[in-house]
Amino acid sequence: MAHAQALTEADKDRFYLTEDHHPENGTLLGFWIYLMSDCLIFAVLFACYAVLGRNYAAGPSGADLFDLPIVAVNTALLLFSSITYGFAMISAQAKKVKPTLAWLAVTGLLGLGFLSLELYEFNHLIHEGAGPQRSAFLSSFFVLVGTHGLHVTFGTIWLVTLMVQVAKRGLGVEMKRRLMCLSMFWHFLDVIWIGVFSFVYLLGVLK
Amino acid sequence: MSAASHDAHHAHDDHGHGHDEGGAHGTLKDYVIGFVLAVILTAIPFWLVMADVLPSHQMTAVAVMGLAAIQVIVHMIYFLHMNSRSEGGWTMLALVFTLIVVVITLAGSLWVMHNLDTHMMAPMPHDMREVP
Amino acid sequence: MSPDLVKTIFGRLTWDAIPLHEPILIGTFAMVALGGITVLAALTYFKVWGYLWREWLTSVDHKKIGVMYIILAIIMLLRGFADALMMRAQQAIAFGDAAGYLPPHHYDQVFTAHGVIMIFFVAMPLITGLMNLVVPLQIGARDVAFPFLNNFSFWMTVGGAITVMLSLFVGEFARTGWLAYPPLSGLAYSPDVGVDYYIWSLQIAGVGTTLSGINLIVTIVKMRAPGMSLMKMPVFTWTSLCSNVLIVASFPILTAVLALLSSDRYLGTNFFTNDFGGNPMMYVNLIWIWGHPEVYILVLPAFGVFSEVVSTFASKRLFGYSSMVYATVVITILSYLVWLHHFFTMGSGASVNSFFGITTMIISIPTGAKIFNWLFTMYRGRIRFEVPMLWTVGFMVTFVIGGMTGVLLAVPPADFVLHNSLFLIAHFHNVIIGGVVFGMFAGIVYWFPKAFGFKLDPFWGKMSFWFWQIGFFFAFMPLYVLGLMGVTRRVSHFEDHSLQIWFVISAFGAVLILFGIISFIMQMVVGFMKREQYADKTGDPWGGRTLEWSTSSPPPAYNFAFTPVVHEIDAWHDMKQRGYVRPTTGFIPIHMPKNTGAGVVLAGISVVVGFAMIWQIWWLAVISFVALVASAIIHTFNFKRDYYIPAEEVVRVEDARTEALRSLA
Repeated sequence: MAHAQALTEADKDRFYLTEDHHPENGTLLGFWIYLMSDCLIFAVLFACYAVLGRNYAAGPSGADLFDLPIVAVNTALLLFSSITYGFAMISAQAKKVKPTLAWLAVTGLLGLGFLSLELYEFNHLIHEGAGPQRSAFLSSFFVLVGTHGLHVTFGTIWLVTLMVQVAKRGLGVEMKRRLMCLSMFWHFLDVIWIGVFSFVYLLGVLK
Repeated sequence: MSAASHDAHHAHDDHGHGHDEGGAHGTLKDYVIGFVLAVILTAIPFWLVMADVLPSHQMTAVAVMGLAAIQVIVHMIYFLHMNSRSEGGWTMLALVFTLIVVVITLAGSLWVMHNLDTHMMAPMPHDMREVP
Repeated sequence: MSPDLVKTIFGRLTWDAIPLHEPILIGTFAMVALGGITVLAALTYFKVWGYLWREWLTSVDHKKIGVMYIILAIIMLLRGFADALMMRAQQAIAFGDAAGYLPPHHYDQVFTAHGVIMIFFVAMPLITGLMNLVVPLQIGARDVAFPFLNNFSFWMTVGGAITVMLSLFVGEFARTGWLAYPPLSGLAYSPDVGVDYYIWSLQIAGVGTTLSGINLIVTIVKMRAPGMSLMKMPVFTWTSLCSNVLIVASFPILTAVLALLSSDRYLGTNFFTNDFGGNPMMYVNLIWIWGHPEVYILVLPAFGVFSEVVSTFASKRLFGYSSMVYATVVITILSYLVWLHHFFTMGSGASVNSFFGITTMIISIPTGAKIFNWLFTMYRGRIRFEVPMLWTVGFMVTFVIGGMTGVLLAVPPADFVLHNSLFLIAHFHNVIIGGVVFGMFAGIVYWFPKAFGFKLDPFWGKMSFWFWQIGFFFAFMPLYVLGLMGVTRRVSHFEDHSLQIWFVISAFGAVLILFGIISFIMQMVVGFMKREQYADKTGDPWGGRTLEWSTSSPPPAYNFAFTPVVHEIDAWHDMKQRGYVRPTTGFIPIHMPKNTGAGVVLAGISVVVGFAMIWQIWWLAVISFVALVASAIIHTFNFKRDYYIPAEEVVRVEDARTEALRSLA
């Protein structure tokens, strides 16, 4: 862990550097740490779902409500969007602007598809009388899955912003760093979704 | 002296500091392997639940959670390029610490709330919590 | 205008929201308005708006941001302490037929605001400000890792403070206590704006705090000078690192829990309601998973200050550096395993209570180790009792007593008697005042010369210490007695006259503390007036041991003309010992971040979003939220965020220092 601060032979005799010194860029580490904090927000939401998720208040349960085929489609959309973002990153490393933008666009469309399907699902549930106010189970379902959806929404807005910026500025160090941050964010959202479809939907249907 | 180093810095924005800039990169192979593994690790739990394959719900639940955990690791390695060397080991340390806090939050909350409810929740006739 | 139209435009904001019938509030508003207008008029008269905007408000310089945090904290201390005086006064007189002057619905807001302000808008900004000011200098860096984010974090904290202060004059504040437990804080029992003010001020400030935590962690990890391995960092930097790790790993929990409470209040969900399957204890559980690390967030930087102060004023290397580091890390981890001790009495049963009681007792051990290390550092040192050292010795006595009452409370059966009594109030004030407040005051006096170029007036500094120290004992020891006799917290009127004498003594203590606060400000006023006499011309007024003392006082904007190279712990002391000679030639251009107004703008819009949400002015909430997102996106299109200080400018600044040092010799 000390490689950045390692001393060279010349350094051992002096108390200051005479040449220009730039510390390493901290953006990627900083963004990773932010993602860890976001993990904790989701941990709280999962904890609430774990504790309150069987409190049906004489209303419908997961088994009554969850439409697993839709969940499967959504999972597929998100998983595909992860790999299309990966392809975008590979093109970005090769500094190829057009393929990068193309793969980003596909990723964005897949994200929008995910969000549309989720909104459809939520709307359907609300119309069936199974809205977030019905019970603590439904409150925690809507807020957990909804928060994930909000993150995907912000990620998509961010993705469009980056597409504009890449189109204008190309793929220099700064733009690649920003794409790297969004990459971490996007994959992280897929990781959270693994928790959601496993713990909320699949286990919810079982009981 | 100052002029030369000054010029070198005009291009500063476009060339970083070489080796560590940009974090870990994925190869096409990494992404494809990760994707295939993730598809398999997703299809299996869906199948287990939708086709009611295993004899007990308990076993299915354990299988689903286990496969989820494995898929998270797959994502970490193949998509997020998680390794113990990136950022001098600090990303791994941050992840481990976060995981510890997440486990404490989840397990701790479940343990505490279960005990609270057991000791303090009087059964109420009109509150049929467990009945869907 | 039709009532429906009025409601659409103004939400639930009506003229009734302005408390014209509350004389205390009208009086306060008059004073604040008068004072505010005077200040604004003076600023205009002296034509300093441009200067303030360019040099301070838009500054991304960690030193200036640190100073601004501390100024905010001191201003909010005055408000929070006013609340304290009001409570002490009410409790000293309200017995039997005497109802006092504060009706319960007002008293409840006072103790809620007192807690919220002291924790979130005094203690947190104090530690954040000090860490911001000192850490980059201690590690030999030019600024923090994300200078713009730093500015933004500060203004978000200010935004939270403004939101709390607004509640004084428009609407009301929460009446729930500083943690706003449901169901009392839920929609059914607090339908009005008070809890919403609470939620939004904390959420806005919380964004700033979390980002600041990330910022300082990355700074310490990535920007240390060459040669400064982790185990050669100053102890204050270590405690800052651990405190910021706790911030990043706990504030998201607070954010999520408050968001869930908001969801119950705005969307009618049932997380923490009594019916439809909700469970209010889940809120209590989650918020203390945040709440316990929070107190360690506050105290660790104070411990760091004491380490620096003790070694400097004992003229001795800190005893047991490694064990100090390990103790700090152990405290960081263990702080996640004790939270239930805040609600032993809520019925989790013997197994759960025993586990958390034991972990709570264990966590006192590393702190004890630290106390011993400080004592061993002092042993056989040549101690100079400058003002920071006084605060430190005061801490050792006061904090240890508070810690011991904490271990007493850690025993569940004892806690069953003492939970939510005045004994608890005395305990946590004991550790927060003895630990955090004394530590921050020590740090302010210690590093003030570095920030401003002159020492604070020692006479008023000593007065401040003695008033605080003696005042603390008079104010809080009676509360221990009252708690043991069974008196509950948050009560504004009593029947038993025999209790009154204790409350009167406590009120007397509060008055002494008031003199302590006045003296604290006096040391700055007198110090400023006598700044020529108290000037710090060398940059090292105390004989310090760490790198910040190698710079001038105040340091130049770029901190170090050349990045230091570190060989030992106590790097500056090492340099002095080995005949370090300050470079006077060969200066090169220095890369610096530009000032920006984006932080002020984004935080300002956030306050509007909060206000609109509180008063349910939906059109304003939507528009301002869209404006917020748009402004953030626009900011990301600004790629010209840095510049170079030309070599000639560096030469000029360094030559001036060379000259100043030469004229001293």
